[in-house]
Amino acid sequence: MEYVIIFISAIFVNNILLSQFLGICPFLGVSSKKSTAIGMSGAVCFVITLATVVTFLLNNYVLAPLKLEFLQTISFILVIAALVQSVEIILKKIAPSLYQALGIFLPLITTNCAVLGVALTVVTKQFDFSGTMQSLNLLEATVYAFATSLGYGLAMIIFSSLREHLALANVPKAFKGIPIALITAGILALAFMGFSGLV
Amino acid sequence: MKKIKLILNGIIKENPTFVLLLGMCPTLATTTSAINGMSMGLATMAVLILSNMAISACARIIPDKVRIPCYIVLIATFVTILQLLMQAFVPDIYEKLGLFIPLIVVNCIVLGRAEAFASKNSILDSAFDGLGIGLGFTIALTLLGIVREFLGAGSIFGYQIFPADYGCIAFILAPGAFIVLGYLIVIFKKLTKQA
Repeated sequence: MEYVIIFISAIFVNNILLSQFLGICPFLGVSSKKSTAIGMSGAVCFVITLATVVTFLLNNYVLAPLKLEFLQTISFILVIAALVQSVEIILKKIAPSLYQALGIFLPLITTNCAVLGVALTVVTKQFDFSGTMQSLNLLEATVYAFATSLGYGLAMIIFSSLREHLALANVPKAFKGIPIALITAGILALAFMGFSGLV
Repeated sequence: MKKIKLILNGIIKENPTFVLLLGMCPTLATTTSAINGMSMGLATMAVLILSNMAISACARIIPDKVRIPCYIVLIATFVTILQLLMQAFVPDIYEKLGLFIPLIVVNCIVLGRAEAFASKNSILDSAFDGLGIGLGFTIALTLLGIVREFLGAGSIFGYQIFPADYGCIAFILAPGAFIVLGYLIVIFKKLTKQA
């Protein structure tokens, strides 16, 4: 039951893009075409889930026993950067077709704050399970990370489809490009607020 | 003269929020009120000035191939220092900004200035560049915070202008962030005659 709640709330209620504002740069940057948006979402999904598992283990079995939690930020960003690099190299060798699809997005992901944001959230934040506050265990953290990245993909794909239509619309000159995209994102966020009573 | 130019450049010509559209995550997430926006802007400015100076000083000894990881480690060090200082001296603000203080590490403005300016210029110039860009960011965040707080809660910096009940709560929540920023960019473009 808890897993279902984590899953639904991470995708819809606390959507990472539209209510937590993590990973906005690629959300605005690579969302003008649906195909690139799908590629980016795939890469983000992969990296967020993997990075969260690794940083969770690092935090709970290395940093916490040694009382080095203040090094979280530095060590996590290094782990994520190294992970992205090695994923890139491994994919190139064993799955060239997947590398072709995700390749150009992978280096961008190191500085995508969604990855570091989720990694820091699962080790620091307390979650509310039927009234009691507790931190996540490894499986819950993995489910949370995966669901969050699915929510990222969902918002990304909806938004890129909207922007493909916006490109054809006749908007005032000053609104062209980013401003009208931001206002569209605002309306999309308003629509996602409708999910807020769900869990 | 050149120093003033560097500062103005950061505020108007290369305003990180309205022109370069960098560092959107804290811009949208922390501007629920004017004071929150301003504290986020000032925190980023502090990191920006210090990291610009450190990177400018170290640029010659860092090998070109590993410069990005080195820059990130330098930036992360200053962010951690700031995080601990804020936790100790301004715990209320630290609590409100939460996750977005450690996330200054991955703010593209900081790394962007390191790569584009600090690695090629003198320490003093880099400090002024950091100050200018930081001020531009702070002004943008404060403005966004003022508009959202005014429309959403009827107050500015906590001073009540009209009763909070008449405010449109959506402007404090997520949708308002996107919409207000969209309109502010349009106004900024009109004022600087870019459109």
